[in-house]
Amino acid sequence: MFKPMTLAAALLAGTAFAAWAADPQSGGTLNFVAPYGSSFGTLDIHSSPSTQDEFPAKAIHRSLYQWNSEESRPELELATEVEASDDRTVHTYKLRENAVFHNGKPFTADDVIYSYERIANPKNAFPGSRYFSDLVGFDAFVKGEAEHIEGLTKIDDHTLELRYNNPTEPGYDLMKTNAAIYPAGLADDPDFISNPIGLGPFKFVENVPGSRVVVEKFDQFYKDGKPYLDKINIVLLGDASARDVAFRNQEIDVSVLGPSQYVAYQADPNLKDGLLEVAEVYTRHIGFDPDFEPFSKKEVRQAFNHAINADLIIDKLVKNKAYRASGWLPISSPAFDKDKAPYAYDPDKARQMLADAGYPDGFDMEITATQNESWGLTIVEAIIPMLQEVGIRATAKPVEASVLAEIVPQGDFQAFMWSNLSGPDDYGIMKCYYSETPQSSCNYVEFDNPEFDKLFEAAGAEADAAKKTDLLRQANNIVQDEAPHWFFNYNKAVMAYQPWLHGLQANATELAIQNYEDLWIDDSAPDSRK
Amino acid sequence: MLRFTIRRLLQVIPTLLAVALLIFVIFSVIPGSFASSLMADGRTNADPEMIARLNAEFGLDKPLHVRFFDYVSGLMRLDLGDSFRTREPVADVINARIWASLKLSIAAMVFAMVIGIPLGFIAALRPGSLLDTLTMIGAVSGLSMPQFWLGLLLMYTFALILGWLPSFGYGGGDLKYLILPAITLGVTPLALLARTTRAGVLEIMNEDFIRTAHSKGMSNGRVIRWHLMRNVMVLVVTTIGLQFGSMMGQAVVIEKLFSWPGIGSLLVDSVAIRDIPVVQGTILVIVLWFLLINTFVDIVYAAIDPRIKQT
Repeated sequence: MFKPMTLAAALLAGTAFAAWAADPQSGGTLNFVAPYGSSFGTLDIHSSPSTQDEFPAKAIHRSLYQWNSEESRPELELATEVEASDDRTVHTYKLRENAVFHNGKPFTADDVIYSYERIANPKNAFPGSRYFSDLVGFDAFVKGEAEHIEGLTKIDDHTLELRYNNPTEPGYDLMKTNAAIYPAGLADDPDFISNPIGLGPFKFVENVPGSRVVVEKFDQFYKDGKPYLDKINIVLLGDASARDVAFRNQEIDVSVLGPSQYVAYQADPNLKDGLLEVAEVYTRHIGFDPDFEPFSKKEVRQAFNHAINADLIIDKLVKNKAYRASGWLPISSPAFDKDKAPYAYDPDKARQMLADAGYPDGFDMEITATQNESWGLTIVEAIIPMLQEVGIRATAKPVEASVLAEIVPQGDFQAFMWSNLSGPDDYGIMKCYYSETPQSSCNYVEFDNPEFDKLFEAAGAEADAAKKTDLLRQANNIVQDEAPHWFFNYNKAVMAYQPWLHGLQANATELAIQNYEDLWIDDSAPDSRK
Repeated sequence: MLRFTIRRLLQVIPTLLAVALLIFVIFSVIPGSFASSLMADGRTNADPEMIARLNAEFGLDKPLHVRFFDYVSGLMRLDLGDSFRTREPVADVINARIWASLKLSIAAMVFAMVIGIPLGFIAALRPGSLLDTLTMIGAVSGLSMPQFWLGLLLMYTFALILGWLPSFGYGGGDLKYLILPAITLGVTPLALLARTTRAGVLEIMNEDFIRTAHSKGMSNGRVIRWHLMRNVMVLVVTTIGLQFGSMMGQAVVIEKLFSWPGIGSLLVDSVAIRDIPVVQGTILVIVLWFLLINTFVDIVYAAIDPRIKQT
């Protein structure tokens, strides 16, 4: 099931893997870039859903699970084993006994319960609250009827039980960085937020707001011999051009590339060998409003897919920094059906389908999109002439990113272009197409298909992982056939790295977020890093 | 003079209140919210319950007039509210960034003054010379060149090609990190000061009192020191005041480009994520800076030319 991703990761990360052949070396300083803005929002990662805030948090904190990039699955991190009941509603964890916080306090089940209840506490309005919404007693806790969540039980200091109302795979939610474990009681201290203490491989040293966060090696980290690095400067560098200069000037050790830089770096003999690429779990698409009369017809939605030469746009505009999408679930998904071909570019067929659907003269429509170069107005402007050719007279409606995120869940669009999460939790992602999921949650295209619902419900009740994946594959194929979107591409994330840096992981959930404890630098690094 | 100063300072208050009202109205009517901005990159799905909780926590579910009353009453107590994102007092968030902005603005202004004013003087004293021509070509280029492009050019030259300076960041506040952003920010006021100074000197050189001074046998140096400088200063101080006052606003692009941790880059990020208390607080600080600098310039005017006090 994992073959596509594993193979892709191995091929794409070829140079990095080759370098790993040498023994890791300890010591040195890494200048790691946080590229998604000019500041970190907060050092209290519980309160933030932002990728930018994950950069320091991933160094300082740890969650119960962690994403395994090589095997494309969540794996236990702060527990050594887990036992699930047959119906997968009860999960019992043996917690690590060798983990200690940066202040020397040993890690226990109390810390997990404290952290999860802090995240779930409605007074805090933290984004991770939903991770615990299916735990037994969550509703009573949220309503203030119970002081604790009943489904979180400490068996002993290093044994924890999680009881859910429904069959659950908790790893996908509990691996999130904003579900990190804090030392019990300490986060109530206002100083904790500015001087965070965690279980991660690096200790917090300093935060220069708007400039950098500095962390240094935690000698008592629970993985022997790790971390390798002595210190990491996590520097803010949001501007792509400035990042390019800084990377070429060897001031930073990694850089996240956009389409035009990707082309330039591939063409540069000094840089082309230091590129790490991965198919991330984001699908770029145009979503259709079924309440807009033409899009209520499946033939029209399919015609839209046939009308656009997606390969040409990926080649010319996205500079091949993307993988052509066939359906919703991405290439890295176990439920991705590699035998299911994408919609072929066929304007004649599109015209015929429109005529069959009662639109021989086409129709007028509006596509709401942001300025994003990879999934925004640039792409919309490119497809307008292609749509025009089959009779769909589209116009672009530019909006700002936060406005798009506001109007789409409200259904205030005819069509919208966006990049949305499409993994790694196939079941959680497919839930967005379940008819009982409201548009205000994530069923933005108001998908309602009884056959899909049956498959989704069966997948939810299925205990066998392979059978569950097969059901989800069938469900995903229905989504593709029903075409509630124009399926454009799956993001290809590209990270440039300096030749002395090793241990990078092809993280499909977000390439820029790395397990810092695996990173190391060799002797060829400049003196400033030694 | 004291009454004049107090009067000018009191005039700042209604201007600030008007700006505060304007900012509040603008950010209340434009679409998008802090909750929606959290999902803007598509990496998380909408969660109606979380959105409702966030809106309730930040008081965004209250009617507009109640929110405005809360905002104004907070301002009266010098309370700018709490950041939606960091949940810290806005004053603390701004305080952590404003000193870097001040440092950058002052450095850029010093750079502009030290080079721009002498250059304008020298060019005016030798009108039509090669130096005059080059100065004016440089001034026009400086005024028309986009700061963003100039910054990249400087980065490329002094960091990547020559390797003399770091291309970005703040370091430990070391001078070497300040040089490139300060030059980039200072080029526009430098060009403006050079042009203004040159124009002012040329104009005053043709005044009757200058000719009179020369005809009385006063030396060139004394004419420049006693008559020319004092009169040109009114014009130069105006330009300095306007440029220095607006510099924090101009620094937004530079701070973002050089990853300089000032309030300009804070403002850009805060607008994008609709952290409205921080946006309001930051804009108020920038406006207050502008008003205070201009008030100070008015006071300096009055000192240079006492007739201004009468108006």
